[in-house]
Amino acid sequence: MAETGSLNMIQALGNALDHYMERDEMAVVLGEDVGAFGGVFRVTAGLQEKYGAERVFDTPLAEAGIVGMAIGMGLGGLRPIVEIQFADFIFPAFDQIVNELAKYRYRSGGQYAPRVLIRTPYGGGIRGGHYHSQSPEAYFAHTPGLRVVVPSGPYEAKGLLLGALECADPVIFLEPKRIYRSAKGEIPLDYYTLPLERARLVKKGEDITLVAWGAMLHTCQEAVALAEGEGYDVELIDLQSIAPYDLHTLVRSVTKTGRMAVVHEAPMTCGFGAELVAAVQAEAFDHLRAPLLRITGFDTPFPYSLEDHYLPSAERILRGLVETIEY
Amino acid sequence: MDLTREELLEAYRTLRMIRAFEEKLNELVTAGKMGGFLHLYIGEEAVATGVCSHLGVRDWVASTHRGHGHCIAKGVDIRAMMAELFGRATGTSRGKGGSMHIADVQQGMLGANGIVGAGIPLATGAALSAKLKGTGGVAVAFFGDGATNQGQFHESLNMAANWKLPVVYVVENNGYGEFTPTDFVVPVKDIATRAGSYAMRSEIADGMDFFDVYEKAGEAIRRARAGEGPTLLECKTYRFAGHFVGDPLAYRAKEEAEDWIQNRDPLARFEGQVLEAALVEADDLRRIDHDVEEELAAAVVDAEAAPPPGLEELLTDVYARGES
Repeated sequence: MAETGSLNMIQALGNALDHYMERDEMAVVLGEDVGAFGGVFRVTAGLQEKYGAERVFDTPLAEAGIVGMAIGMGLGGLRPIVEIQFADFIFPAFDQIVNELAKYRYRSGGQYAPRVLIRTPYGGGIRGGHYHSQSPEAYFAHTPGLRVVVPSGPYEAKGLLLGALECADPVIFLEPKRIYRSAKGEIPLDYYTLPLERARLVKKGEDITLVAWGAMLHTCQEAVALAEGEGYDVELIDLQSIAPYDLHTLVRSVTKTGRMAVVHEAPMTCGFGAELVAAVQAEAFDHLRAPLLRITGFDTPFPYSLEDHYLPSAERILRGLVETIEY
Repeated sequence: MDLTREELLEAYRTLRMIRAFEEKLNELVTAGKMGGFLHLYIGEEAVATGVCSHLGVRDWVASTHRGHGHCIAKGVDIRAMMAELFGRATGTSRGKGGSMHIADVQQGMLGANGIVGAGIPLATGAALSAKLKGTGGVAVAFFGDGATNQGQFHESLNMAANWKLPVVYVVENNGYGEFTPTDFVVPVKDIATRAGSYAMRSEIADGMDFFDVYEKAGEAIRRARAGEGPTLLECKTYRFAGHFVGDPLAYRAKEEAEDWIQNRDPLARFEGQVLEAALVEADDLRRIDHDVEEELAAAVVDAEAAPPPGLEELLTDVYARGES
């Protein structure tokens, strides 16, 4: 039996980075406070001590410059792993991500393909207010050439991060910070990867397909338990990879249940749920028994004091599930 | 001067090739034989040539929307460039990039770039990779005066100076950011002074004089290679043509352009300098002119005859698929 340990998400991510740094001497970790301090959420703690200040270093507070420079490092043959301290801070680097990183392979006819992975904590529920709470997955999923990955627990965090680091494509790796410490599990301490582009069937069910990712998966689990108490059998799927996404698994599930609800923290309009609903209805139309539902944040800036009402709660999700099943 | 006769002839060949390449493109676009947006480098040839004369294949160049001159000076094959501009499968990027995305991994050309200022952090990162890997390579970022108003310029200079990266920032100050005179939007007379904020060395060169650029770029590159840190090299130059092919040029006085074109043409200046010093013969230069014309004519014939990329190329090179 391989050795295991009880790790939270922060520890699992740090463990993955440690494994990867050891394997790939071209790997370099950079970002705001990632070196001496070990990152505001401590994910990179101990890495500079172990791998030195050339391979794990602190940058100025300059996201466009950090990401642009990381792309140049990738062009020069390094394997940069960038931390953007909060996903809300990623927007100054949006140009470099969508115009340079995502398109380099295509526009150079395959000559250049900088391998840059950008990790960033995202999501609400920690009283972070407008600029420490947002969920920007849809912006990046709308940019072909990028992969967008969101783990929902320590086992997935480590396996998906290592899978993403082995992948030759640029990856936006969104870490649900609300469950950084609360999501704990017994996970292998050895190196392992999980495949990208594959959704995870969390629980089988017959009445409706419930799809979520990141911290919302945990809220959905609460809702599934509540629904069970009322006699409803929910199939729960963790999407994990937002782009490209595993349409096959969703269609197979909805073909069986005839119903689907998607849950995310981001606003509803043009949120990633819109894509899932559109794609699933096109593939599973003949099997549908109710309109496909989105349960999401509101079309407002992310609120401060009212965030508990903004974020989908287990009760709100339960209501949506019941209404859809009873449609 | 430390240039041999062969090196001088090579420099002239590059100057002439850039000029002739751009004139040919102007002709092709105006005649409706080539599509796409074109930003011509005519008038600025001495900058790319003077800087790139010091670079080899281990060195990186990040270029701009006005990038053909940088590509030619860095050694990119003009036949592949011409094919790329025609959008052919034989182009540098298999016809998928076009004028503003000519890239060549063999020559260390990171690419022309349609976003003003975006190449600056790319060169900075390439310089960091050279430093960490110990390749001895340097990176050069070319960009215009307009790009120095972008945040990415300042963010990059700050990091490069702080970490003493082997990079040279070459600002081609041609007096206009697109259609707006530089002094309408920039409060400093010399952009080189912006380096002072980052405790970075700076230098000003006459961008119409190959020898001045050659000398000052040589020192900047030598210092970068020796680990002595980056330089901001401002080359004062002028865009003989407009911002793009089709620019009506309503924003600048005819007399101003004529003065630069008549009196400060970098090719005429180079020719005067080398002939006066009897370093080469006029016949040598005319032979190069002739060879360049022939080479370009052949490149156009080949490009026009080449096929466009196959339809499957629409969907390839988005993700790695199957790699690693």
